[in-house]
Amino acid sequence: MNFYNDNPSLSFYLHHPEMAHVAEVRESGFTGEGAPADAEAAIRQYELVLNLLGNISGDVIAPNAADVDIEGPHLVDGRVEYAAGTKQNLHALVQSGLFGLTLPRKYNGLNMPRVVAVMAAEMIARADVGFATIWGLQDCADTINEFASEELKDKYLPRIYKGETCSMDLTEPDAGSDLQSVRLKATFDEANNCWRLNGVKRFITNGDAHIHLVLARSEEGTTDGRGLSYFVFDRADGGMTVRRIENKMGIKGSPTCELVFRNAPAQLVGQRRMGLIKYVMSLMNGARLGVAAQSIGLCEAALREAEVYADSREQFGHTIGQFVAVQDLLKAIRARVDGARTLMYETARWVDLSSTGKQAARTADILTPLVKMTASEYANQCAYDCIQVHGGSGFMKEYPCERLYRDARILTIYEGTSQLQVVAAIKGIANGAYEKLIADYDAQAATIATEGEMAECLALLRERSQEYAQLHAKATANGTTDPLFDHMARKLTEHIATTVMGYLLLMDAAREPRYLESCKWFLEK
Amino acid sequence: MSGLNIVVLAKQVPDTHNVGTNAMNPDGTVNRAALPTVFNPEDLQALEMALQVKDRIPGTKVTVVTMGPARAAEIISDARSRGADGGFVLSDARFAGADTLATSYALSLAVQKVGKVDLIFGGRQAIDGDTAQVGPQVAEKLDIPQVTYAESLVDVDSDSIQVIRRLADGIEEVRVGMPALITVTGSASECRFPHAHRLIEFDGAPVDILTADDVNPDFDRLGHKGSPTKVKKVQNVVLAHKESQQVAPNTKEIGELMSTLINEHII
Repeated sequence: MNFYNDNPSLSFYLHHPEMAHVAEVRESGFTGEGAPADAEAAIRQYELVLNLLGNISGDVIAPNAADVDIEGPHLVDGRVEYAAGTKQNLHALVQSGLFGLTLPRKYNGLNMPRVVAVMAAEMIARADVGFATIWGLQDCADTINEFASEELKDKYLPRIYKGETCSMDLTEPDAGSDLQSVRLKATFDEANNCWRLNGVKRFITNGDAHIHLVLARSEEGTTDGRGLSYFVFDRADGGMTVRRIENKMGIKGSPTCELVFRNAPAQLVGQRRMGLIKYVMSLMNGARLGVAAQSIGLCEAALREAEVYADSREQFGHTIGQFVAVQDLLKAIRARVDGARTLMYETARWVDLSSTGKQAARTADILTPLVKMTASEYANQCAYDCIQVHGGSGFMKEYPCERLYRDARILTIYEGTSQLQVVAAIKGIANGAYEKLIADYDAQAATIATEGEMAECLALLRERSQEYAQLHAKATANGTTDPLFDHMARKLTEHIATTVMGYLLLMDAAREPRYLESCKWFLEK
Repeated sequence: MSGLNIVVLAKQVPDTHNVGTNAMNPDGTVNRAALPTVFNPEDLQALEMALQVKDRIPGTKVTVVTMGPARAAEIISDARSRGADGGFVLSDARFAGADTLATSYALSLAVQKVGKVDLIFGGRQAIDGDTAQVGPQVAEKLDIPQVTYAESLVDVDSDSIQVIRRLADGIEEVRVGMPALITVTGSASECRFPHAHRLIEFDGAPVDILTADDVNPDFDRLGHKGSPTKVKKVQNVVLAHKESQQVAPNTKEIGELMSTLINEHII
């Protein structure tokens, strides 16, 4: 089974009209060494690689997922040993040269854009969300590539291609959502010309990775985010042990660890004091898009499981998929997958184009919390509905949907809870950035939705925009510092998200009519 | 140790897992145009064993040889993306209609074209013919030893190879001197996936196509002309359940049933 070939939506977004521009930006005008000749050749390369990843996702990672969920990782003498299936997954991906998907070619990377990385993550998550966390932590390498010195890049980045994994060590027992409270201490060791890390990190995904990015307090006497710096730690240098692996509800194949650092040597990434303010925020935005990809992969898996069951289970002399009540559930899952997916690829395109100007970067920034919140909430709803389609069987361990349900639960929590995504979206709500974005979409949609159902959908989308304006006026009646604004922020954020998804699906429907059904589902809600 | 020179014999076959309703022509022959094609699965496993030898002996060169229409070049590109060094397609209307005798003749000439070869690997059989004759016949024509049903590689050095054979009643470990031909059975390791960098590198890269003239054949031994096998008729046999027979659970009746089954060579 090939998770790329069997899902026409992926090819649809890979061949989005804006992808030629994305490829051109990524390849600096197709001038670099080893660069493809033009946009067509670049997209052809993306497709070859995604096809390979689709094959490994469908034939290796997905068949291993159930056993990995049961076996999970083990702690052996302070080190993590992955489940057998996890090792097989890693072996297949490393042997195929797929690690370092987005890194420059000089580090043996494939120099693929964010859109491709997100698509890869979506397919891997459809196979196994837990494994997708280990795969997705390659994003740390992008942070090293963007902010670290040449010396550090040369030391660490070629190792990604060889399959060395990463972790992002932020959370501590008393610093979860509030990362300003991080206490793990970094002190400079003049004799050895390195920093020394001392303290504890908790809930660290893939905590026994080869390469760690660690947020630590480098400025003694400080208590806020301005005293934090970012460090890269090499497991091979010693000084870090895994105290325990958490026993979790879901993503059980992904080792979530408590780490103890004792005089662990580390190097500074970028500038001191910029750890949280600049580097973590940058990495976090990438990670949030990664969680959106995991969420959509899980939604896709839930959709497929539900469809297969609805087509095969017979009751009252018919397959249950013939009953309207079940069809409504399937339609809702499909619409959520379509809506979240189009929002995700739109966001990923803007991330890829963010180097072209401030406006593109700002658009990427305001779309990221929308897609993280929406996709992760939808993953939970899709997993819930998938079990509902299965009835009693869905509650049993025999069907994969109970695993999807457990795996989905973390998605609205890690890399910033849904509530924190609303906080991230508030600025855009207050300053009118979302309204401007929606106005841009409206102008584009007006040129293609000129008649029939397309025009009707556009009219309904405009009504929704007016509703938003009224909600916004009500929420800001007493200014944005009034508690009423905070109370209404989630509702406003959800309203924006569904309106944006509606517009994007409408524009997608001009190229592929199937998406109009999902657009209508959002408008009927 | 210097590298070995290896040839892998491969075939592009109809994908029997994805057969549509128009898979057969009205005359009972296969409608190849309507069928998607794949790398014959056991030939892929043979490629994997060859690549394992290459992993163990640096400098080893793996060349994939296939016979078929020009589009069979797809499997050469596929093999290169998985680690093969090169390959070519024997493609010529004069090869068409070949049975196993004519095919093995053509392939044996193609192997000689590669030069001095240490090892030849091939799948046990192709999923469209299921004869398991081509590999052994190539070995006979080249007058080299053959090891069939190989399942795994145990050891290899510069002049011999040791493999495990999977047989109906057990396994057998065999060491054979080079040159030798080895056919690989379906229980062997699956082939590794393509490598992303090689996939990009060899996408659209030209593949050499050799014609009959390039291998200096005896033209009477090629294709339809060189094939004593003639297909008279192809029939779709559907096994139907016939009337059942009750056997009482006692020694006498079970004994009679056993005798009948033995006499009819069913067991």
